[in-house]
Amino acid sequence: MVEVMSDKPVSEYAIRVYLADHERSDKAVEHHIPPRIRALRRSALERFCALGFPSAKREEWRFTNVAPLANTPFHLARQAGAGHLPPGALDKAGVKGLGARRLVFLNGRYDTRLSSPGEMPAGVRIGSLMANLAHADPQAEGRLGESAPWHDHSFVALNTAFIGDGAFIHVPRGVVIEEPILLIFISIAAEHAVVSHPRNLIIAERESQVCVVESYYGPSGETYFTNAVTEIFAGEGARVGHYKLQREGDRAWHMATVGIRQERDSACEAHSAAFGAGFSRNDVTAVLGGAGCSAVLNGLTMISGSQFADNHTRIDHAQPRCESQELYKGIFDERARGVFNGRIIVRQDAQKTSAMQTNKNLLLTGTAMVNTNPQLEIFADDVKCSHGATVGRIDDEHIFYLRARGISFDEARSIMTYAFANDVIRRIKPAPLRVLCEQIVLAVQDVPADFIVTEEK
Amino acid sequence: MTPMLEIKNLHASIEGNEILHGIDLTVNTGEVHAIMGPNGSGKSTLAQIIAGREVYEVTQGEVIFSGRNLLELKPEERACEGIFLAFQYPVEIPGVSNTYFLKAAVNAVRKYRGEEALDAMDFLALMRGKMKLLGMDEELMNRSVNEGFSGGEKKRNEIFQMAVLDPKLAVLDETDSGLDIDALKVVANGVNALRGPGRGIIAVTHYQRLLNYIVPDFVHVLAGGRIVKSGGKELALELEEKGYSWIDEKAGV
Ligand SMILES: Nc1ncnc2c1ncn2[C@@H]1O[C@H](COP(=O)(O)OP(=O)(O)OP(=O)(O)O)[C@@H](O)[C@H]1O
Ligand SMILES: [Mg+2]
Repeated sequence: MVEVMSDKPVSEYAIRVYLADHERSDKAVEHHIPPRIRALRRSALERFCALGFPSAKREEWRFTNVAPLANTPFHLARQAGAGHLPPGALDKAGVKGLGARRLVFLNGRYDTRLSSPGEMPAGVRIGSLMANLAHADPQAEGRLGESAPWHDHSFVALNTAFIGDGAFIHVPRGVVIEEPILLIFISIAAEHAVVSHPRNLIIAERESQVCVVESYYGPSGETYFTNAVTEIFAGEGARVGHYKLQREGDRAWHMATVGIRQERDSACEAHSAAFGAGFSRNDVTAVLGGAGCSAVLNGLTMISGSQFADNHTRIDHAQPRCESQELYKGIFDERARGVFNGRIIVRQDAQKTSAMQTNKNLLLTGTAMVNTNPQLEIFADDVKCSHGATVGRIDDEHIFYLRARGISFDEARSIMTYAFANDVIRRIKPAPLRVLCEQIVLAVQDVPADFIVTEEK
Repeated sequence: MTPMLEIKNLHASIEGNEILHGIDLTVNTGEVHAIMGPNGSGKSTLAQIIAGREVYEVTQGEVIFSGRNLLELKPEERACEGIFLAFQYPVEIPGVSNTYFLKAAVNAVRKYRGEEALDAMDFLALMRGKMKLLGMDEELMNRSVNEGFSGGEKKRNEIFQMAVLDPKLAVLDETDSGLDIDALKVVANGVNALRGPGRGIIAVTHYQRLLNYIVPDFVHVLAGGRIVKSGGKELALELEEKGYSWIDEKAGV
């Protein structure tokens, strides 16, 4: 058995549960996945054991305490069927108006019955990663583990150790898939705390186009753990839109990493909207690995109660003439706590880089808190980089102005909160997802069409 | 007949500094009162207190509106009861369209009164009519509240909101400042349209110019947190000519 290193004492028992589950799952997947992936899973487990759970001594986890997670034994979630879903859960987990192409994962496993990937042009794959691995799809096998940082991120290592199911989307050269592909991940309550490790792989070949929306959802009042990883490869001139909507249950742990690798002239957008989970950590890393790439990273976090949300982004400008634009906004109510860490690396060769980063935070109460930390590391000289971080409160004068027109204090507060979030919501391209985010931020069911300000700012 | 608004011995302070030192003012229905006075004399403070701004602490006195103790009501309740303040400095709210803002306001007031919310069509019809009255550009309505509006456009927008909300008592805090003469006429038109039985207007201004178009029944001079002189519309003309110093001397402020 492998030794587990850790900066802090963790429950031996919790670790033993992971190891035992891994052993079992290793046997179960033996005949279903190619040897390379099985070897990758084993290396990743070793890596996870070597890394251990991150302690606050690690720079990347300075404000983020995972000790309670490390001490909780999470059992690998069992396969579940539609019969295990509470009534209405699928609708709640989805996005109204989206779903012409829909893949549903229960406890991280693909559910054929609930899924409808839709018509597929020749060569396109939209389906279960496990199924594609089983059919020895060389594309599915080839790139797994290449863009997610499993060597130095404990939870990516853990996810990689458990690579099994998730979505596999492969769009061949020149193919354009117009309608967004919706991936729904639902966790189902069990008698003990469970973990799932969804693993998604999105490959957009040269000059292709695809948009993927991931939606994570789970029951409230239950302790469970979602440990997701998505790898995205954008070939030359490809265009990829990626949206991640997180509405996990209030006691859930949600860890997710989106690793993006871009080739020359490709354009990727990665959006994150985080509303749920007791604890969430979202890492987005983008490597701009060819000249002329553009990357857009947007994030909206809105939490309350004693929720915690950490957003870590890393944009690596490795090649010249790339452009990145990043806007992350956080809204923290009651005793909620947030962390933003935005790292931008501009390598020596990356001349004519343009990198713009903004992080804005709104604290709705005196007890809410946020730590924001922009990190620019610039090794090239001909670059245009800017960053800015703010932490603010709603202006009393604004609230009074609205109240003086008859609008209640609560509604005035939601309107001002919406006003704060407006620009980042407006960047969400799929309209149904945009409307859903508006509804959540405004805390109303029907957002009138005239709400949105017409001009782009 | 009960007066529409009755302010008695109103003392108010901010951060421990008393700004209003005992204001008495009665506005009967149908009347227009002008309040003039030097900068910093407390005019906006009075206007904001009527609207319910909580940063000012009322330490003494009372404000009665249609027989109700106004000081007990929240700002939004006052608005729903029919009080409207046209702000001296309207705030900008980037990210919220004028249309949405106004619809939220109209429907909040309707809800308070137990009326059904206006649907999009009825609201649009209401808005269009008032936009015409105030020569508002439709394009302004889709923009964020007051964002990037010129000084004059902001003031006109205040009066437009007033026209849509149709209040009983309108308090106009220097709505004339920043308006060119054409805009002033349009704004005055909007205000005069609201004049009449069952309504009251308090117009804070520095200039006779406005009062040529909105002719007041009474003019009060507020100086150093007190009303130091009250009179008819001639008082404004006198002030225009002589300034405030002659009153200051008489009042011993
Ligand atoms: N929020 C505040 N904080 C501190 N002092 C204030 C505040 N509001 C008003 N004051 C003070 O109260 C006094 C009265 O101010 P107010 O704005 O009521 O004057 P005004 O008569 O409206 O002046 P103006 O003609 O310039 O608009 C001033 O001395 C002002 O500095
Ligand atoms: Mg003033």
